[in-house]
Amino acid sequence: MRATPGWVGLWPALMLAIFFLVPFGIMLAVSVSHRDPAGAFIPGFELTHYARFLSAFFAKVMAVSVGVSVAAAAICVVLAFPFTVFLASMSHRTQTVALVVLLSVLSLSEVIIGFSLSTLLSKTAGISNLFYWLGLIAEPRAYTPSLFALVTGLCYIGFPFAVLVLYPPVSRLDPEIVEAARVMGASASRAFFGVVVPNLRGAIVGAFILVFVFTLGSYLLPQLLGRSEDWTLSVHITDQAIYQTNLPFAAAMSIFLMLVALALVGLASLAGRQRRAA
Amino acid sequence: MTNLRIERLCKTFGTFTALDDVSLEIPTGKFVCLLGPSGCGKTTLLRVIAGLEAPSGGRIFVNGEDQTRMPTHRRDMGMVFQSLALFPHLDVAGNITYPLAIRGADRASRAARAEELLELVRLPGMGARRIDQLSGGQRQRVAIARGLAIDPKVFLLDEPLSALDAGLREHMQIELRQIQQSLGVTTIVVTHDQKEALTMADLVIVMKDGVIQQAGAPMEIYRNPANAFVAGFIGTTNLLPCAIHDGTIEVLGARLPITEGDRIGVDHGAVQLSVRPEHIGIVPTGKGAIEAEVTFVRDLGESRHVLLQASGQEIIAQLTPETQASYRPGDRVSLDFRPGERVVVT
Repeated sequence: MRATPGWVGLWPALMLAIFFLVPFGIMLAVSVSHRDPAGAFIPGFELTHYARFLSAFFAKVMAVSVGVSVAAAAICVVLAFPFTVFLASMSHRTQTVALVVLLSVLSLSEVIIGFSLSTLLSKTAGISNLFYWLGLIAEPRAYTPSLFALVTGLCYIGFPFAVLVLYPPVSRLDPEIVEAARVMGASASRAFFGVVVPNLRGAIVGAFILVFVFTLGSYLLPQLLGRSEDWTLSVHITDQAIYQTNLPFAAAMSIFLMLVALALVGLASLAGRQRRAA
Repeated sequence: MTNLRIERLCKTFGTFTALDDVSLEIPTGKFVCLLGPSGCGKTTLLRVIAGLEAPSGGRIFVNGEDQTRMPTHRRDMGMVFQSLALFPHLDVAGNITYPLAIRGADRASRAARAEELLELVRLPGMGARRIDQLSGGQRQRVAIARGLAIDPKVFLLDEPLSALDAGLREHMQIELRQIQQSLGVTTIVVTHDQKEALTMADLVIVMKDGVIQQAGAPMEIYRNPANAFVAGFIGTTNLLPCAIHDGTIEVLGARLPITEGDRIGVDHGAVQLSVRPEHIGIVPTGKGAIEAEVTFVRDLGESRHVLLQASGQEIIAQLTPETQASYRPGDRVSLDFRPGERVVVT
């Protein structure tokens, strides 16, 4: 068989340039152009939009965005990891059913998930009525909008992704290494944290990064489930771009968000690699 | 002194019986091979001893202490797994000293012990290597060293050499035996390879369908198999239907007088005569007890196997290298079963 010719590699490079680099370049150009309140923007060069972003208000928004996504990613990984380890020890049939159910969750749109959760957490029809009926609380109450509701929603979306990233390496892990650790004197929990977790560090970091990046771009759930102070940067970008017709400012915020995301992803993967080398 | 005593051990998985009333005693310092075909329960027995499976019935005593319900990690066993189960995230020294680290040994004593064990398995100075930098044989040695790190009460190995190629496997069998003898650690190896069992063991335990068929020294089992299964599983043998009458063995139409050394385990019912190929002499036709025809000659280098047909039975005879005679398919010959080497089993 003949080797694949090198020029075939140009095709993905071309696609990447057309659909990623060019739009990114446009966004970069828009972010330094002049805002025209009547229309979109007037080409030019000014850094006023970046300057506007450097305020206490947007610093807080950025902190909320990163905090919410880090929390959602951490919760997803902490829940998904033991779940996946447990799932991998089940019969093949059970594994298939569980994975299909998880995949079907991915087919639900963010809107449906958001409205379902806001109903479930509401005062009139929500889960608090069940707690009230059981006598756990004095009267039904609303759990939404709140930070808790927002993180719950993001976790609901992120969990299947975390499982799907973790599943292949977890199911490939030799079950005998756990037994080996047990025979050699490790308790069940020690074998789990001392042998299973370190051997899957790469997968754990990968799942964390995926959920983090994925939830960072979520702009619907914060509006459906969060209070206005829980609004993430993605919500503000949407707000500026669509409702305030301030495309330059929205573009500048997008670039900030991207830089912060890249920095965090880099940090996380560096942490994953260093630990493995140690 | 008895190191390991197993009393009436049973293990069932649903409707499948993996171990059926297994009892045995293993003296301290012995090298034991659990031998049998796949599915005979040998691995299950090893896993129950290690505490990785809970028995459905029966008890296990280690140095007189009942360990039947003791959790795996408190049993102080050493084990080598079939997949070796080395930890990819640790280097060689980290793997070897893992049991010591769990027990809280300090860094200096761990490093010293790692080097000592690496000397023992002939991998000196390899402590800093990563597992994926090792060859199959080296991984094997690391797994053995790790299993021995804590001076285990019993050293368990589950088909430890099955992944190695034939030459290396024979070499490791001898080395494993030498290591075991130098340390005097009670060792149990699961294997389906009878040569491996005969090479290494003080005591061979032959199992089938969850039941111990025979336990004894390798030559004892080879020379005096308890039944037809053991006779056929250990080495090569000819199993021929026979009958015992008035001090003779009636086989293939001939009556062979029973002589001293012949082992008549049973003398009634459907019995079989087991004769090893090396105990069959081929003589010119008419000179021996049983007439036969040569069907095939198999030259193995160090010996020759002659396949014969006698009264519809297939028989294998082994010629020693000094035998000058040559045979060809179709030759008519006579066979002698060497007196004193005949075993009658069910």
